[in-house]
Amino acid sequence: MIIDTNVYVGQWPFRRLPGSALPELIAKLQSHGVTEAWAGSFEGVLQEDVAGVNERLAAACHGSGSGLLIPFGTVNPALPDWRDDLRRCHEEHKMPGIRLHPSYHGYTLDDPRFAELLLLAAERSVAVQVVLNMEDERTQHPLAAVKEVNTLPLLRLIFKTKGLRLMIQNRKREPSGKLLGRLSYAGEVYFDFAMLEGVGAIPKLLKEIPSDRLLFGSHHPFFYFESALLKVKEAGLNESQENAILSENASLILGP
Amino acid sequence: MIWDLHVHFTSFEGRTPHEKMADAVKFADRMGIERFMLFLGFPPHPPDPTPEELTRINDQVLEALQHWHHRAFGFVYLNPNHLDFSLKEFDRCVRDGPMVGVKLWIARRCNTAELDPIIERAAAMNAVIFQHTWLKVTGNQPGECTPSELSELAARHPETPIICGHTGGDWEHGIRAIRANKNVSIGIGGSDPTNGFVEMAVRELGPERVIYGSDAGGRSFASQLAKVHGARIPEPDKQLIFGENLKRMLAPILKRKGMAA
Repeated sequence: MIIDTNVYVGQWPFRRLPGSALPELIAKLQSHGVTEAWAGSFEGVLQEDVAGVNERLAAACHGSGSGLLIPFGTVNPALPDWRDDLRRCHEEHKMPGIRLHPSYHGYTLDDPRFAELLLLAAERSVAVQVVLNMEDERTQHPLAAVKEVNTLPLLRLIFKTKGLRLMIQNRKREPSGKLLGRLSYAGEVYFDFAMLEGVGAIPKLLKEIPSDRLLFGSHHPFFYFESALLKVKEAGLNESQENAILSENASLILGP
Repeated sequence: MIWDLHVHFTSFEGRTPHEKMADAVKFADRMGIERFMLFLGFPPHPPDPTPEELTRINDQVLEALQHWHHRAFGFVYLNPNHLDFSLKEFDRCVRDGPMVGVKLWIARRCNTAELDPIIERAAAMNAVIFQHTWLKVTGNQPGECTPSELSELAARHPETPIICGHTGGDWEHGIRAIRANKNVSIGIGGSDPTNGFVEMAVRELGPERVIYGSDAGGRSFASQLAKVHGARIPEPDKQLIFGENLKRMLAPILKRKGMAA
């Protein structure tokens, strides 16, 4: 059983990703034993009609896959009236979480609007995913090249935001060193390993963060789903550790 | 059968080549990799190595092969900026030693004439030639060549098989750049496991020109194996990519040296 916390629906604007059509995506996930997939929208990365993006995401997730896809809506605090997007995600679409793309939406994590968004999400018990990267900086489309999100401001915000459940996705280099460990102990902060590289990267990460803070995230269909799956195999973990990462840790996040 | 085209000592634990190889083989066994090609010595890797540095680096690989020749083949690291020395180093490590290929990295752009004698020397011995390529939106390093520059080199040596390392990183560009050079195969390692890479490569180049490699230990074996395991291509194509293509490419030099595959 796998809970994949990092899946996308829709079309990535710069590349046709095989198997991204909804029926194929669902079949692929189910074939690997995924029982829940937390899905954001590729459309939310660049489009400004976020309300429309979230309506389509909710319809796609609720209309197919027998509950497999759990929608994580887009909120862009750099847009006017973003608070209503959060409200709609929560009240109208019953989304348990939101997914943020700060680098593509043009704000940094020390932006006061971001701090307010975390606060409002926490008050609503809406989980927050912050995506640090979508792909290797070196291979981005030259007209849409962004940098990895700087996570340094997060530590202060986590201390200030009671009830926040925060997932850091697609971490490559940042946060690192002491900040990585401090973030994971400061509050309810989780990480996935979709973009983590290097042989045996998962065991190395588990020396820095508690094992209950690591989540399975594939970044599929942008990445081949098998990448995350094989990283778990490469890690050589015991059964208890594997089960925690594959599903048990995530299963505790979206509860009441 | 999985053979890995592209492995370094980087990130493997151990103080000696033997210890690092033991760690690499532990992971390779876990992931079903039977053999791998090893090149460059202990990091950091000098981008424009002196003759002394080349000797030290290649000696580390030779030392690793002493104990692990049943699991790895070695490629000699050469620098066209030190051409005379590099030709002698080729003779030491390949002609007279156990290595079976050549690794060219970022010392000099690969379309320059200084590479020609190295290519000719390697071709004469049927040594496999691996040239690093990247095309970075963030900017290449001074001597770092692109797949288009490799295409120029390959066009001057149309009968010599050459591997385009990393497929340029920007593989959609890289595949197109070398598509017309029938003597060029691509190494798919050392980039993100982006969905669609191998499908496009097989569609545009045919499965015989696509070779699995990881760039481990800087990359995980897992993410790079996933490019083939996850690709929507026929199973026989996967077998070619995972090992048969590389084995076919190595066969002449292994036969010449009397080495077992």
